[in-house]
Amino acid sequence: MQLSFLLHHESDNVGVAVVDIAAGSDVLGRYRDKPEEMHILVVESVPLGHKLATRSISSGEDIIEYGVAIGLATKDIAIGQAVHVHNLKGKRWY
Amino acid sequence: MRNRTFLGYRRADGRVGVRNHVIILPIDDISNAACEGVASLVPGVMALSHPYGRIQFGPDLDLHFLTLIGTGLNPNVAAVVVIGIEPKWTARVADAIAASGKPVAAFHIEGTGDLKTIQKASRAAMKLLQNASELQREVLPMTDLVISSKCGESDTTSGLGSNPTLGKVAERVTDSGGTYLFGETSELTGGEDIVAGRISDPDQRAKFERLFKEHTDVILAQQADLMGSQPTEGNIAGGLSTIEEKALGNIQKIGKAKITGVLEMAEAPTGRGLYFMDTSSAAAESVTLFAAGGAAVHLFTTGQGNIIGNPIVPVIKLTANPKTVAGMEEHIDLDVSGTIRLEETLAEAGERLIDLIQATASGRLTAAELLNHREFVLTRLHRTA
Repeated sequence: MQLSFLLHHESDNVGVAVVDIAAGSDVLGRYRDKPEEMHILVVESVPLGHKLATRSISSGEDIIEYGVAIGLATKDIAIGQAVHVHNLKGKRWY
Repeated sequence: MRNRTFLGYRRADGRVGVRNHVIILPIDDISNAACEGVASLVPGVMALSHPYGRIQFGPDLDLHFLTLIGTGLNPNVAAVVVIGIEPKWTARVADAIAASGKPVAAFHIEGTGDLKTIQKASRAAMKLLQNASELQREVLPMTDLVISSKCGESDTTSGLGSNPTLGKVAERVTDSGGTYLFGETSELTGGEDIVAGRISDPDQRAKFERLFKEHTDVILAQQADLMGSQPTEGNIAGGLSTIEEKALGNIQKIGKAKITGVLEMAEAPTGRGLYFMDTSSAAAESVTLFAAGGAAVHLFTTGQGNIIGNPIVPVIKLTANPKTVAGMEEHIDLDVSGTIRLEETLAEAGERLIDLIQATASGRLTAAELLNHREFVLTRLHRTA
């Protein structure tokens, strides 16, 4: 099965698409530095380089990438949904 | 990197260069025409036109002089013709470059006009270029190179593939006693504590914290929504969502290396190791500052396809985004897209990059050089008086 997304760190709740992923695909993901695999049903299209939720995330919860918070969810996000500026906001700048 | 060599130029001040440029350096905007006149008469020299240099003052003027002097001192420059409108600021820059032992000729335009100045400066440029053409490349240690790094039009493939490839190179360079520079101050926001934690010297760490605060306070004081600017529209199109995400991807460029020291804008490192330089996050501004700090080779990662070059420093461009490789092939020196599909390890990609640094330092032209990208962009700190 083709590798479709990567996670930087085991505590991350988003993965990065390394190919264009079509809505409804059941895809394979892996961690950067550990052997475990993960399968996710991606519910909306996620272009290469964009993020998808690998866990369900509540509005107001941290989005974790690189093992570090990159901002807050502004909406509830279901597993397999795209995560980008429409549902994620940074904490640091206006 | 230890025991690896390249073919380059050792300058009078001991620094090593990878190119042998003779530059025509304007002090101010109104001297560009004369500099370009010389460059059109003497093929092989290069005019570094820019839009500034009049009625600047204070720290902004200091940085102007430091950047012009540093550009002249860069080891990729064999000789310099300096042209300004009046003699005093012209001499200030020319004398500081000449103090290194580098051949310099200086001219001012007031009193005689452009045409006589172009004639005199062209005769000097011919002689300097002829002398430079007699210099031969010699075998030099790669660890004598000053290498700088920057990412631009980044996307998430930068943090996953191309930046950690540079991280492997940063570790190799610093482990073997070389010198590696990184910067992009605002683009550390969200990762600044990780960077500060890598600086063991308390004075240097305090300097980093001061420079970071000063730089980002200017940005925050505007109370502006930076979405579309930092991160850029290209970053967002490529999947980056927040400044924190961009910063965490950015700092992959230093790998796990420890930071030796912290530099002001355009300041040259005094020793070897990994140095942070306070810079703009805009590509051309920051590469110009690194070049003024003495970088001889620049490593530039891109996601969506920033096409920057520099007049005096070869900019080696790499990407991990396969769409950018396919669509903008002529701009990409190294394709590391296999790293995001786990087809190539980061260490293997880093090894290929070191091979390319060696070839480029020995004279191989980069995509940016072949496409005539010569962006020379001076950083301004505040308004003109």
